[in-house]
Amino acid sequence: MPVTRGFSGRRRERDPRLPPGQYDAGDDWPVLHVELVPDLPPAAWSFAVDGLVASPRTWSWEEAQDLPRSTYDGAIHCVTTWSKFDMTWVGVSVDVLLEQAGGVLASATHVLVHSHTGYTTNLPLADVTGGKAWLAFEVDGGPLEPIHGGPARLLVPHLYFWKSAKWASRIEVLDHDQRGYWEDGGYHDRGDPWLEQRYHGD
Amino acid sequence: MSSPAPTGGSPWFTGTVEDITVETARAKTFTLRLPAPLGHRAGQHVVLRLTAPDGYSAARSYSVASAPTDESLIDLTVERLDEGEVSTFLHDVAEVGDELELRGPIGTHFAWDPDDGPALLVGGGSGLAPLMSMLRLARAADRSDLVRLVVAARTPDDLLYAAELPGPEVTLTYSRAVGPDGRPAGRLTADDLAASVRPGQHTFICGSSGFCEAAGAHLLALGVQPTTITVERFGPTT
Repeated sequence: MPVTRGFSGRRRERDPRLPPGQYDAGDDWPVLHVELVPDLPPAAWSFAVDGLVASPRTWSWEEAQDLPRSTYDGAIHCVTTWSKFDMTWVGVSVDVLLEQAGGVLASATHVLVHSHTGYTTNLPLADVTGGKAWLAFEVDGGPLEPIHGGPARLLVPHLYFWKSAKWASRIEVLDHDQRGYWEDGGYHDRGDPWLEQRYHGD
Repeated sequence: MSSPAPTGGSPWFTGTVEDITVETARAKTFTLRLPAPLGHRAGQHVVLRLTAPDGYSAARSYSVASAPTDESLIDLTVERLDEGEVSTFLHDVAEVGDELELRGPIGTHFAWDPDDGPALLVGGGSGLAPLMSMLRLARAADRSDLVRLVVAARTPDDLLYAAELPGPEVTLTYSRAVGPDGRPAGRLTADDLAASVRPGQHTFICGSSGFCEAAGAHLLALGVQPTTITVERFGPTT
């Protein structure tokens, strides 16, 4: 990278928890999405797992509340360069959702996650299984606010946060990679913050 | 809307600062000369990266404010945020002749050209920048009939592109000053938007998160379908 004349940067003491090119947002939680915040009362909410699973199914809000929950303690990393540490998220592991849909078929390789707003994002199946992804309902001790994707969003904290679709409505299991909203617009198909996979070709 | 080609490998390239225009007390426009035309659609953004001698780098996204042209020049309007590592550098240090690293164009959905049909553009503060690219494109193509732009600024002194902006397709509103048509000072209302809402429009809203949600709520109240609204939030992700 060519050096920019006159630029020294502010942060010399880098937190080793920060992936390259990221900064610590501290108590801030910047908001970035491309739609209006949808109105999703419990009666209007549902979540589905379909595509290449043995028994596609849909949960109502009440049914989803009865699913076993687990906790993620740690950081999230947004491609717009902020990271946020020491968060506590509570949700249903995607492993549980896939299992309750009868498990994925042998041909399954990727998922396309959909939102109630029409937003989509693509992920390799291996990035949402094995305890790495949740349908999250709570953060830091309270319900997830609508502006941050509530009542429920996907949580895939080891990838850039646009993969963690707000207002998630559906996981579609596929036998190929199909680009979602930002990926179609030039963003990376996987989005590993430690490899700085921000855009196509990274 | 039409679907442009993906940005492919999106390599970094160098832009040279050709001109710096003071827009307001807090905003400057940086005109950059690129190795080749950017090939952006109006509304798209680029990523700008600064690198320190020890390899530390900081990158931020900025909307392109200039219309797509055959020229290898783009305008980026940057608001100075006191805590902004990149915006303070650009405002306080960058000079004509400096070289800056860029990549892009990025983003396909917050983008418009006249083939997409009528558009309602609603911009708050520095959120006007990508919408200005659309307005400039419409005017250059002699299709400003397709565009309605509603702008919210604090005062006339805070208004970007103040000399260029006024026209029959543009409505100016101020939250802390009386408007040109006698509109009292105040936040954007549904009444400010009503006259610009037309059938078949796609709406683009850009501004702070609060501005976008408020403007969106007004439009929904006016009967605009949420699926015809695309939003870009300028957050404090400086």
